[in-house]
Amino acid sequence: MLSLGIDSGSTTTKGILLDDQGIREKLIIKTSSSPRKSLYEVYDTFWSDAVGCTVATGYGRSLLKKANRKITEITCHARGSRYFEPNCTGVIDIGGQDCKAIALDEKGNVTDFLMNDKCAAGTGRFMDVMMGILEADLEDLDDFVINAKAISISSMCTVFAESEIISLLANDIPKGNIALGVIHTIAERTATFYGRLNLCGPVFFSGGLSKSKIFCRVLEEYLGQSIKTDVLGQYTGAVGAALIGYESVE
Amino acid sequence: MEIRKELPEIFKSFSEARQAGFISAKNFKDAGNPLIGIFCTYFPQELALAMGAVTVGLCASSDETITESEKDLPRNLCPLIKSSYGFGKTDKCPYFYFSDLVVGETTCDGKKKMYEYMAEFKPVHVMKLPHSQDQVAKELWKQEIIKMKEVLEEQFAVSITEEKLHKAILLKNEERKAMKEFYGLCRQDPSPMTGMELFNVLVGASFDFDREALPSKIRDLTQKVQEEYQIIQNNEIKPRILITGCPMGAATAKVIKAIEDNGAVVVCFENCTGVKAVEELVDEHNLDLFGALAEKYLNIGCSCMSPNTKRFELLNRLIDEYKVDGVVEMTLTACHTYNVESLSVKRFVQQEKGRPYTYLETDFGTSDVERINTRMTAFIEML
Ligand code: SF4
Ligand code: SF4
Repeated sequence: MLSLGIDSGSTTTKGILLDDQGIREKLIIKTSSSPRKSLYEVYDTFWSDAVGCTVATGYGRSLLKKANRKITEITCHARGSRYFEPNCTGVIDIGGQDCKAIALDEKGNVTDFLMNDKCAAGTGRFMDVMMGILEADLEDLDDFVINAKAISISSMCTVFAESEIISLLANDIPKGNIALGVIHTIAERTATFYGRLNLCGPVFFSGGLSKSKIFCRVLEEYLGQSIKTDVLGQYTGAVGAALIGYESVE
Repeated sequence: MEIRKELPEIFKSFSEARQAGFISAKNFKDAGNPLIGIFCTYFPQELALAMGAVTVGLCASSDETITESEKDLPRNLCPLIKSSYGFGKTDKCPYFYFSDLVVGETTCDGKKKMYEYMAEFKPVHVMKLPHSQDQVAKELWKQEIIKMKEVLEEQFAVSITEEKLHKAILLKNEERKAMKEFYGLCRQDPSPMTGMELFNVLVGASFDFDREALPSKIRDLTQKVQEEYQIIQNNEIKPRILITGCPMGAATAKVIKAIEDNGAVVVCFENCTGVKAVEELVDEHNLDLFGALAEKYLNIGCSCMSPNTKRFELLNRLIDEYKVDGVVEMTLTACHTYNVESLSVKRFVQQEKGRPYTYLETDFGTSDVERINTRMTAFIEML
């Protein structure tokens, strides 16, 4: 049997198709102005008679009427993280517009969670906007900050940080230093946020920023512990959704 | 629990009490009775009852007047304070309009400073509430209650005799007992009513001005709900939630809705909307009436107390009695005392009671409804 998991996030929509052998197919697309459309685009790509269960997660999850189940991103991220890192007891996810921290027990059940969804600071969007001002691509983040020295950015609000960066640029501060400063700001924020859960075990880090080696290294510095990531980290929610679907049918 | 046919009808008179109350407030006033506006459960309502007056809660719960209030008050202030002030200032709340006197207490900093401005357009008396609950504090509070009595006597040219006060104590205790029986129904599993129904009664009852008749009205309701419950055997097992934190009103009922739309049921409100100020009775046998009032009221476990041990004693008992599966704390933005205390509540609930806990900070707007939904659903999935 195949199981389909779709994660409808604010920036991207992800789909995972899996069976008892593991992940079979994956797809990531930008979430358009109509999240429903993006959801169905992923759904139509993967759906066939062989799919025994479809689980939707993420902000837009209720839009997929054809889903067998709708489960929150907290539960799905927890399940997905365990797939990538079977021993983790903590999860950090930096999404496009929010940031989550999840605590798990030994069996992988969620015991506590925090969501920062009120403010763009400390999310992927913050990094995105700042890189935009620096006229650089988020994908090239690691190259962009090579040999840079972090400059401290004091504004936490996206709008104020924007003007702070513009004045730094006016003062001829190298762009790489500014970008590294932004990385430090987000990483420090994230670590403090995660610290509220008071956990000590292995932590899995997911979301778009987990692809950046520098970001991971800085985050580890603030956390005071090493973190686990996976090349498919961005799919954590979708993987979790597909697994929950699979397990509920089996 | 939608299977019931008649219950919504039974609840209706209470749910609509606040709106209907506008008219009964006017009738009540036209008959020459004073109306006293209050902002907090620390006010000894017996004083008002003893002089034939009635108290009405003025805590607003709508973002309608917040912009107006921000002309005078800072933006990062608790919405309850801003909204209440705004309704007073713009004269949009009929209850505020009808109030002959507004009584405030020095509870949290925002409120006590707000009263200074409110006094510019309304007669206001502020009771000085101590922030601890020891004997010295009780003596102070007793003196404040006596002072309050004198203010009332002077302003309304009445005399609040010991006899009248004792009668009022008995009456208010009757109301508390009736209310306790009513919300106590939710100790049963499954609960005989939804949290929203419970909430509507809790709020509605405070807008019923016939306080003499209120206890039997509540008892009637209790009996009907219980009878219905026994006829309609409902075996739907849902996770049972206790709500704690700041008081709730119409705008923050969105939290109850998010919980109950997503598969759980609210069985208890520990906050000031629910049991916090109702649980303990005034000692009817204490001959020192003011001492008895001081004792009861000062024992209310509000976060403006330090330390606030009473809140934890109450939570401890309620979590067991109501067989609570999870605790949701709702605080209002910029309510420092409750926001700071939330860490102690979290520790207590998770470590000492071994129950899941989650925390939610919100205001009177609707922009976060979806976010609240996601959080509450994730919390319920976790139970
Ligand atoms: S929460 Fe505290 S300040 Fe607010 S009504 Fe209750 S006792 Fe009064
Ligand atoms: S909710 Fe908090 S800040 Fe607001 S009035 Fe009550 S105690 Fe004060």
